[in-house]
Amino acid sequence: MTNSAYKPVIGFEIHVQLATKSKMFSPAPNNPDEAVPNTNIDEIVTGQPGTLPVANKEAIRLAAMVGLALNCTIDEFSKFDRKHYFYPDLPKGYQISQYDQPIAKKGYLDIEVNGKTKRIGITRAHLEEDAGKNVHPEGLPYSLVDYNRAGAPLLEIVTEPDIESAEEGRAFLQELRNIIRYLGASSADMEKGTMRCEPNISVRKPGETTLPKYKVEVKNINSFKFAEAAINFEIARHTEMLEKGEMPRQVTMGWNEKNNCTVEQRSKEDAQDYRYMPDPDLPVLQFPQEYLDELRNRMPELPAQKRTRFLEEYKLPLADVENLINWKELTYYFEGVVSEIDEWINSDVDTKIFKDRISAGEPMASLVGWDRLLAIRQAANWCLGEFSALLNQKLMNPYDSAVTPENFAEMLKLIQQGKISVSAAKSVFKVMYEKGGDPSEIVEDMGLAQVSDEGAIAGAIEKVIAENPKAVTDYKAGQQKSFGFLVGQCMKELKGKGNPQVINDLLKKKLA
Amino acid sequence: MEFLHLTELRKKLDNREVSSSELAKYFLARIKKLEPQLKAFVTVTEEAALKDAQEADEFINSPGENPFLCGIPYVSKDLFATRGIRTTASSKILDEYKPPFDATVTRKLKEQKSVLLGKTNLDEFAHGSSTETSAYGPSHNPWDTSRIPGGSSGGSAAAVAGGLSPWATATETGGSIRQPSSLCGVSGWKPTYGRVSRYGVIAMASSLDSPGAIAHSVEDLAHLAEAMAGQDEKDSTTGHVPVPQYSRNLTADIKGLKIGIPKEYFLDGMEEGVKQRVMEAVKELEKMGAKTVEVALPNTKYGSLVYAIVAPSEISSNLMRYDGIRYGHTVPAAADLLGVYEKSRAEGFGDEAKRRIMTGTYVLSAGYYDAYYKKAQKVRRLIVNEFAEAFKQVDLLVCPSSPNVAIKLGSAKDNPLFGYIADQLNIPGSLAGLPALSVPCGYARPADNDTPSMDGLPVGLQIIGPQWGEQQVFNAGFAYQQATDWHKQYPSLE
Repeated sequence: MTNSAYKPVIGFEIHVQLATKSKMFSPAPNNPDEAVPNTNIDEIVTGQPGTLPVANKEAIRLAAMVGLALNCTIDEFSKFDRKHYFYPDLPKGYQISQYDQPIAKKGYLDIEVNGKTKRIGITRAHLEEDAGKNVHPEGLPYSLVDYNRAGAPLLEIVTEPDIESAEEGRAFLQELRNIIRYLGASSADMEKGTMRCEPNISVRKPGETTLPKYKVEVKNINSFKFAEAAINFEIARHTEMLEKGEMPRQVTMGWNEKNNCTVEQRSKEDAQDYRYMPDPDLPVLQFPQEYLDELRNRMPELPAQKRTRFLEEYKLPLADVENLINWKELTYYFEGVVSEIDEWINSDVDTKIFKDRISAGEPMASLVGWDRLLAIRQAANWCLGEFSALLNQKLMNPYDSAVTPENFAEMLKLIQQGKISVSAAKSVFKVMYEKGGDPSEIVEDMGLAQVSDEGAIAGAIEKVIAENPKAVTDYKAGQQKSFGFLVGQCMKELKGKGNPQVINDLLKKKLA
Repeated sequence: MEFLHLTELRKKLDNREVSSSELAKYFLARIKKLEPQLKAFVTVTEEAALKDAQEADEFINSPGENPFLCGIPYVSKDLFATRGIRTTASSKILDEYKPPFDATVTRKLKEQKSVLLGKTNLDEFAHGSSTETSAYGPSHNPWDTSRIPGGSSGGSAAAVAGGLSPWATATETGGSIRQPSSLCGVSGWKPTYGRVSRYGVIAMASSLDSPGAIAHSVEDLAHLAEAMAGQDEKDSTTGHVPVPQYSRNLTADIKGLKIGIPKEYFLDGMEEGVKQRVMEAVKELEKMGAKTVEVALPNTKYGSLVYAIVAPSEISSNLMRYDGIRYGHTVPAAADLLGVYEKSRAEGFGDEAKRRIMTGTYVLSAGYYDAYYKKAQKVRRLIVNEFAEAFKQVDLLVCPSSPNVAIKLGSAKDNPLFGYIADQLNIPGSLAGLPALSVPCGYARPADNDTPSMDGLPVGLQIIGPQWGEQQVFNAGFAYQQATDWHKQYPSLE
């Protein structure tokens, strides 16, 4: 990876398009998926003379929530400023942003890389409005402007230069994206541009504590993969230059995904004067303590807390936990299934009969022959395996599918009670996914019920032993292979619906 | 008919003595006749006015109570956005601009079924005190058409004074209602900042702009305030303060009212006649039982300096949007994008707008912001506090609205500082966002003595109140107009 002679210094600027109904300062719709140009606009978005901005309260609430989740300080006062420059996609000739009093500042986010926790400082998070988009039709002597995105609420998050590798960068972005999604603050989708990241990269000699004299910003990154690739590309480029005795220039690069490299966009040497001034159209924002307390009280469980709980309470493997948490909707669905499992357990326990054992502290699950952790593990497996595969085919979200968490849990119960085999369950689940419905009924309709009845199985075993004396003799002489053959014959006798565990156990007893 | 007060027009309309259509036709005919002399308008909306008047008549003839302004004609300063009707700010850069929306004030007046006769002239983007910076040429003072009507709401003041409209909308940033009202001998209301919505009023300096009105009497203004004022969800700087029934609460009983006379407002350069008329008006108020005391407002002298920094800063920012891309004057045949900006703006803006853009851009530049803008805002705070202190001792302040009567057209042209000096009486109150009135209080000979008007030219008495103190300002003005009849004297224009 990196040449050991140099150590990367990386900070991020991240823009998140907040998931509000209307724009940052106008009632025009905020819809990132709008395809028809200049539809999400009104007289405010297009900067008609005399129009005034009115700050979107929901955007302010979401920004404060993200700030709190990133352990930031939220000062009592914050304000909006005007940042001036001319560009066709900027309708007012200034962008309303926040200059010296951002909503949130001085926070941090802990990330896990290779089993170690690393703390990344958050410098600030501030609200601003997005610009439109210039369109250059090919072969035509003019450009067009689409103001659909103009005025969309953006939260800009700036980190300290605490990131020291592409891997850390990716872990940070992923954790941040998850937090933002769990807060419901944004779809935070890099491909769709509702989350955009611009790493600032430089390298220095190990042991150096001052920041390098240059930094390179990379734009046009629309996936975690490209973020990682762009950072690694830049680190290698800077290292090579420095080793040759050259100094990398302070420039803005763009990631070229076709050629897997960065390309210089513009030199940053002449800094523009934006003539920041407080926006006189917008009163100072006030964050009273009660408001912040209310936000804290309403804070949903964040990914880090979920991770810890899933590991400790559910004893799930780390890889499964990560995979679940990276898909917020699936995580919520999974927890829905877990609560249905607990519901089954509790309703199956006859609290009168088991009164003494309950008060003795015996887990409810064992009273009804349930292994709760096993069921939860199976739930996670099914969510990440079969269910995810089906959902991904149609890019669907779990709660949009026909499978309810209740039916999902019931299916797991059928497996645990030995009423269906795992392979039969897969067929059942497919039907549940396609048409919905109660798994017990589907099992019945499809004739997939597993024979676990010891009487029926014992009958089949008697018959198989009587018909295959050679295999019985061979087994008794120590040939394990013959046992498998006998099990297979029993299964055949039971038309494939025998519970393999019960057949195994009974056959072993019979031949003992 | 042309000088009837709104209260009188309301009665005539309600009693069917006159219809809205007749009123509209009457005033449109008067506009046709006198506009060549006064040049008060940028646009006359004859067709729309007749249609609106007809609708108002239908409403009046149907059962139910009529809103106060129903069927009454008015004119609007050409800064107020009027949907589908050309709105220019008297600037070439917006020469053909038709807004796709109504200003909040326009909407409120429409809802009352007011009848808009046209859009009045102003200094370009309200930058000036004479209407001489208008891209369409200056308006003329009805008392002496060789003189300025004042500004920036000069077209509105001239239209009301000349009997071309019963009332007019106007706006203030630093004297633009009080000064032209004074020079044209009409009554003008500059509201508390945030009392009337700025939404759809083309911005000059956002932290100062106050849309208001010009009419023939304080009683009319009290009615207009009820129609125009109020918190607006489209303007975050409007106050969450209920709008009192100003007109119903009006009282001429001002016994015991404490009036402060700020000595700093009687400037050395002030015309003697102006000073005398204002002091006579003060005596009149005393006769009615008001107590007067001299008060000191030593920070007054910094007002114009603060304004000279804050206003151009906000102006330079607010004028950024006129870039020739989405609306307004554009020069698309430029070599590159920068050329489109440079040419569109160079051709579209007049000299005064350019002067203010340059000053504001300089003041906000990196390295100067703290020294100028930030410091100016601190001094502004001192001025606000000084007024607040003064209003602990007195109920109102009284002073002249303008240091002089109307000057000759063109005589201010060579002096870019003309506005700043004349505005000294108005700017501190604007910086503090205070409500004020200008009411006619007699006549004075101009310094040049060259006027056909026998008694001289109108002088305005200024009454300033504390924040949200519209009612006490109106009461004092109302009391004064009960005792005097300056507001019932009109220029002869035939």
